[in-house]
Amino acid sequence: MSLSFVNLCYLLSAVLFIGGIKGLTRPRTAVRGNLMAAIGMLLAVVVTLLDQSILSYGWILTGAILGAAIGVLLATRIQMTAMPQMVALLNGFGGGASLAVAVASFLSTSGPVAASGIVGLTAIGLTVLIGAVTLTGSAVAFGKLQELLPGSPMGFRGITLVNGALLVAALAIVATLAAGNGGIGLVLVLTAIALVLGVTLVVPIGGADMPVVIALLNSYSGIAAAAAGFIMGNTVLIVSGALVGASGLILTRIMCVAMNRSLAGVLFGSLSEEGGEAMDADEVYAGKVKSSSAEEVGMLLETAQRVVIVPGFGLAMAQAQHAVRDLADTLERRGAEVIYGLHPVAGRMPGHMNVLLAEAEVDYAKMQPMEQINPHFTQTDVVIVIGANDVTNPMAREDKGSPIYGMPILDVDQARTVVVVKRSLSPGFAGLPNPLFAKDNTLMLFGDGKQAILDLTGALNEAA
Amino acid sequence: MDMIIMQVSLFVLAVILGVELITKVPATLHTPLMSGSNAISGITLVGALLAAGSGEVGGLWVSVLGMIAVTLATINVVGGFMVTNRMLRMFSRRG
Repeated sequence: MSLSFVNLCYLLSAVLFIGGIKGLTRPRTAVRGNLMAAIGMLLAVVVTLLDQSILSYGWILTGAILGAAIGVLLATRIQMTAMPQMVALLNGFGGGASLAVAVASFLSTSGPVAASGIVGLTAIGLTVLIGAVTLTGSAVAFGKLQELLPGSPMGFRGITLVNGALLVAALAIVATLAAGNGGIGLVLVLTAIALVLGVTLVVPIGGADMPVVIALLNSYSGIAAAAAGFIMGNTVLIVSGALVGASGLILTRIMCVAMNRSLAGVLFGSLSEEGGEAMDADEVYAGKVKSSSAEEVGMLLETAQRVVIVPGFGLAMAQAQHAVRDLADTLERRGAEVIYGLHPVAGRMPGHMNVLLAEAEVDYAKMQPMEQINPHFTQTDVVIVIGANDVTNPMAREDKGSPIYGMPILDVDQARTVVVVKRSLSPGFAGLPNPLFAKDNTLMLFGDGKQAILDLTGALNEAA
Repeated sequence: MDMIIMQVSLFVLAVILGVELITKVPATLHTPLMSGSNAISGITLVGALLAAGSGEVGGLWVSVLGMIAVTLATINVVGGFMVTNRMLRMFSRRG
């Protein structure tokens, strides 16, 4: 095949990717968009395989079979509650692949992936750097989400300085490589530094900020692919990597806005910030928290006309999405209106709650975003908060000194009654007490999220 | 040098295009968009295939690294597109 034919096919792939991403931004065209992008990928792979520069297929076949098997297994087995981990893992694999391509390219003196000149060598250095950071950064994010690592920020004061030093060292090595000095030894040193940097960048970031981190790592994996494209002068890699890098950045920004945090604050702030006067939880809750029972809440629900369900990460933890759907069905059969109020960062990745509710076959129209539902809480009889905490904390609205002040929240406290389903009074990711729990119109329903919801449904059915 | 200018132009234009495409995505689609675009970033598979298939020219290490890259990128691509499809089918099942 001639080189221009190959490049034309790559162009077609890039166009399919663009169409695919465009499709993914509308609910109606999303399935088609995903298919389009997959076809684009298939085309790029087939054309590459038929290219005469591929001389042996043994290694490719081994890798492809292994990778496809693992990919299929992951994609079909993963539970929807674990999507954040899955995406973190896939981000990491993408970064790792770009890293391996860059090192392989440095080692080949001739052939299709060999780099030449200052452009190629700079690209190799940058791909190694970004790819390795994505690999270990995603691994740490995965560990935190899978709860293999503690979700709270870890590290030490001055870790930002260490990160800065590592980054400067890494960039110095990239420059040295670009100048044509240094061999594979230096590339390995760079890899090691970047791998460490990935860990130290993500370790100090707390569980609450994970949506931002995942979006950012998504962006990195795209930029790594684009950088790999510069090594070989491969246009399809450059274009698609850039697209993904940009989309990841936009999602990162959306998440930051939803939490009222700056990106720099998320990346560097968690430990360097002085942890102001911590509000004493006992003082907030003392004597004011009302514990309730399923029967009592059931009676409330019997007469409720409008019920809003506010899910958070606890819903995912308890796998309670189907139980919630059953409760909603029961309420609807009794004539109540049931709406789901979704905060943009509820859960641990952007849109996480929407996916879970969709799995439980909740109607798309009933999931309302924060801006849409907030004005209607005053006309709501009962709000059921399940496994959400910080996104309902009125301190974000009222307490100027609070670390979460200014974060947009769901104004659940304006409803007639708020029922909070929760295991205990323990704080959320932000580590703050929630005055909502001590409000006059709040009832606490302590227990496992799923069991509590099942009990509520039971209580309602008995009443009927 | 002309080559690199053209490539950088492509990169910049693609970034701008990406930004334009993604603004105003409903929250419902944030997760699938992320896993879908993640699968697209597995395009690095093309580079991986070239490295793994370079045969005698590159030497053993190039082939081994290429194979590792093919494996990782294939997980990324296959897993990413499949799980995105699985999620989106749930959305389209109703409404």
